[in-house]
Amino acid sequence: MELVWRIVWVAGYVLLAPLLGGLLAGFDRKISARMQGRKGPSVWQPFYDLYKLFKKQSVVVNNVQDFLVYGFLLFIVFTGGLFFFGGDILLVFFALTLAGIFFIMSACSANSPYSAMGAQRELMQMMAYEPMVLLAAIGFYISTGSFSVMDIIAAKDSAICYLPGIFAGFLFILTIKFRKSPYDLSTTHHAHQEMVKGLTTELSGNILACVELSHWYENVFLLGVVGLFIVNSTWWSWLIAVAVILIAYFLEILIDNVFPRVKWQNMLKASWVVTLVAGVINLLILTMIK
Amino acid sequence: MNISKSPWLLHYDGSSCNGCDIEVLACLTPVYDVERFGVINTGNPKHADIFLITGGINHQNADVVRQIYNQMPKPKVVVAVGICACNGGIFKECYNILGGVDTVLPVDIYVPGCAARPEAIIDGVVKAVALLDEKRKKAAAPPQRKEVG
Amino acid sequence: MPMIAFLILFPFAAALVLSFMKRHGTGRKLFIFASCILIVAGVLYFTVDSFVGGGDLSLLPDTKVVDMGMLAAEIGMMGLIVYYGVRFRKYYVALLSVVQTGLIAWLELSGKNEIAGNHIFSDKLTVIMVLIVGIVGCLICVYAVGYMKDYHARHPEFADRRSFFFAMLFVFLGAMFGLIFSSNLTWIYFFWEITSLCSFLLIGYNKTPQAVRNSFRALWMNLLGGLGFAAAIVYAALVLHVNTLQDLVALGGGAIIPVILLAFAGLTKSAQLPFSGWLLGAMVAPTPTSALLHSATMVKAGVYLLIRLAPAMSGNLAGTMVTTIGGFTFLATSMLAISQSDGKKVLAYSTVSNLGLIAACAGVGMHEAVWAGVLLMMFHAVSKSLMFLSVGAVENSIGSRNIEDMHGLIVKLPEMAFVMIVGIAGMFLAPFGMLISKWAALKAFVDSKSILLVVFLIFGSATTLFYWTKWLGKLVAVIHNSERLPNTVKGSEWFSLISQAFLMIGLCISFPLVSTYLVEPFLADMFHETLPAIISSGNLYIMLIMLCAIVILPIAVRFLTFGKKRKIVMSYMGGANAGNDRAFVNSFGEQKPMYLAGWYMEEYFGEKKILKPSLILSTAALLVLMTIAIGGAV
Repeated sequence: MELVWRIVWVAGYVLLAPLLGGLLAGFDRKISARMQGRKGPSVWQPFYDLYKLFKKQSVVVNNVQDFLVYGFLLFIVFTGGLFFFGGDILLVFFALTLAGIFFIMSACSANSPYSAMGAQRELMQMMAYEPMVLLAAIGFYISTGSFSVMDIIAAKDSAICYLPGIFAGFLFILTIKFRKSPYDLSTTHHAHQEMVKGLTTELSGNILACVELSHWYENVFLLGVVGLFIVNSTWWSWLIAVAVILIAYFLEILIDNVFPRVKWQNMLKASWVVTLVAGVINLLILTMIK
Repeated sequence: MNISKSPWLLHYDGSSCNGCDIEVLACLTPVYDVERFGVINTGNPKHADIFLITGGINHQNADVVRQIYNQMPKPKVVVAVGICACNGGIFKECYNILGGVDTVLPVDIYVPGCAARPEAIIDGVVKAVALLDEKRKKAAAPPQRKEVG
Repeated sequence: MPMIAFLILFPFAAALVLSFMKRHGTGRKLFIFASCILIVAGVLYFTVDSFVGGGDLSLLPDTKVVDMGMLAAEIGMMGLIVYYGVRFRKYYVALLSVVQTGLIAWLELSGKNEIAGNHIFSDKLTVIMVLIVGIVGCLICVYAVGYMKDYHARHPEFADRRSFFFAMLFVFLGAMFGLIFSSNLTWIYFFWEITSLCSFLLIGYNKTPQAVRNSFRALWMNLLGGLGFAAAIVYAALVLHVNTLQDLVALGGGAIIPVILLAFAGLTKSAQLPFSGWLLGAMVAPTPTSALLHSATMVKAGVYLLIRLAPAMSGNLAGTMVTTIGGFTFLATSMLAISQSDGKKVLAYSTVSNLGLIAACAGVGMHEAVWAGVLLMMFHAVSKSLMFLSVGAVENSIGSRNIEDMHGLIVKLPEMAFVMIVGIAGMFLAPFGMLISKWAALKAFVDSKSILLVVFLIFGSATTLFYWTKWLGKLVAVIHNSERLPNTVKGSEWFSLISQAFLMIGLCISFPLVSTYLVEPFLADMFHETLPAIISSGNLYIMLIMLCAIVILPIAVRFLTFGKKRKIVMSYMGGANAGNDRAFVNSFGEQKPMYLAGWYMEEYFGEKKILKPSLILSTAALLVLMTIAIGGAV
């Protein structure tokens, strides 16, 4: 019976994540527009964009790009699927890294100045957030005694009670993962023209659509991780989790609109310092009391 | 659903005096807010549907414009904004100017003015958007328009 | 038993024959191939035999004559080192050698070392090591045959001493087998010294001033470790009255002084900070040397010793020393690797870094940590030797081993790029080998509550990710209008590379079996307990699914996009692309070639910035921890 539920969760993720992710992106654009005193597009705009991209001619610079982008999509879906299946959180993060590497490879394979620059920057971003992501997994393990998502959600207390520092740190690197200003170095939805579109410069048509789709899947998964900090064995914790997810997402939008972009040095230092200060000190205290 | 619901554009400054460019950017500001129609200024030909050019074509940028146009995936629309982009305008007789954008590319929409007003530009973009759908329907039926360059 | 004697003695005999085969030609080639086949066959026979026969072996309690023979050989080696030390005016090397050989000779001759105990010991870890040394080592020897021919063709300025070179490779293998099978500390020490001397001779092969300088650096660092080893033997014999490694470990915390001295020796041998210098210096030697030193033999001897010592290091200061140094080395050297563009140097730093992780696992001394350590050692041996050999082959083909020059290798030398991608993926990517072990290591570090190690590991993983992905990105760049280069790689080299690539993939697929039948029994013996599976079967299936997905993906995509019309266009360069993706038109209207470089960030991760502080820090940590541990025990 339990297995059936877990499979339902995975199926739900695979089918509904694009819808949810697209809507989130739509609200993002709407809210951003309102913050800037504009009317903004319809919340369905991301779906129109996606539809259009699928309908356009696809121009490529070589024949391996698309393969690598499909790899990115596949492993992002795999990552999220494994997470919602209730799998091992460390394995989930390793799969996420693998997906990210596929994406970087696709940009590297293009042999074009802008995508190469985007690839190096993306790599830098990965290096910046990776320690915090691993630390989050470790934090879950220490606070609940298991790496398995199934066990973590069945815990008596919410993980956040033990991991406030790690939660804060995770929100910090979420800005990098969501590709939000000030850390949208590798590719962005804003008109930062010095890097054109970074990683996705050489992608177009349906291949670009796949990238968009992967980002939606990825965002839903990441927000799921945010929720994992809150959920415990009680039913009402799920409601709080949803509220926290929405607040976290709003916070990211706000940060996006408030901060200007920074240099990579700044990003690397800031995220590592946050990891060390918020994450590691949290971990130290946790190992002392547990 | 129509693909015209998501027109992404690429703005290229030919040999413009920057007057039209400022008006183009004004379209993105809260007063005009073209993003209402889903318009995004992409800055990348491979993502763009609409090629929006300000200023005339000179010897230096003719190849650049052609190359960018060829890198855009189909269907695509070219919009010439401002009188210089339409036919060379005040610079028409200059030694270095070839003329309007239509000397190198098949222009679909002409938006005259010096500088073109944002309302006019938006109007041109909306017309271009309608053309996108038309072109997509036509794309099924060969022969297509020959690529330039 | 005869098999063990064969494995130890045969390589020495082969080396002796090879040193007399001065003529280059088919004869020597065939002799090397035949010897390698014999050794591999012996290794396989030994493996099967130990499975069928089962159990561990302890042999040879009485070996007076052999001991004296070894002593004589040791004094001979000392003579050789003193000779070189005096000839090149490196008197400290001679001094180090004289002191330690003197210690051992005194111990042997005074009869204080005549304690009952077996000299040969074999368990599942021995089997694992024999497999690594035998198979990977022999593949490197096979590779060396073709490589050295090209090497001398490209470098006419170096004296052709190939017969000596091949002989040394085999001596190395023999010494490694001896080291693995020995239980008696004096025996281990004897083979330990042979590997030190051998590496010195191999690194100095070119006889250039730089090679000589680096070979002496390797020698003094290893001799320093040897001194620690000798001191440990003397202390163990005089105070604790034990002379075998197994007995020493069985004493547990009571033997902290010899354990810490042996651990020190292990750290120098596996090139941990502050002794990383010798391994990096070893890069001047021809590629097979670096491959042999880095993957299958020399450095593995160090971590092998540490793993053997693991139960005695659990939860005491010796363990703290090894984990601190190992963990710190893992982080510091992986940062240093970011700033390197020389392929071999990146590999060298990554070797040191990975060995640091293995050392840290051994130092934690817990069941799962040692499990991770042993698996890391296996995966590292195969993938690192694969990487070294392919860098060597690429160097012979394109004339450079700079990572930047490997840009677009997937078009120029597709097979080579494929082999390299397998090697790199094996080094750090899920679901391949190294990552599984890293996962277990992370869990063990958390369980042992060593937060410092956790910090080293998470940051080290991030930096490791950076330099490998950067390299991977260089390989897969597809450059327009580039042509395939003629593949000048020799048949023997190809054979070696391909077998290792398959070995790597095979190891990834079969690692649950390896874990169940080799690593688990060894750990059960060592810790006298069995643990439930460290990685649950559910997760194993998931990893297998990932592995399959990676394999199926390219085929599936080809089917999906089959018949779909795609237009190939130029890459975007602001409209100034000069016709393909190799050049753009600059503001003077001229074509300018484009060059895409990876990020090396010299000013943040460069040797100038990081190396000195990490050397100072690690030296200080080593000295302080050793002093406290030894002082506390006395």
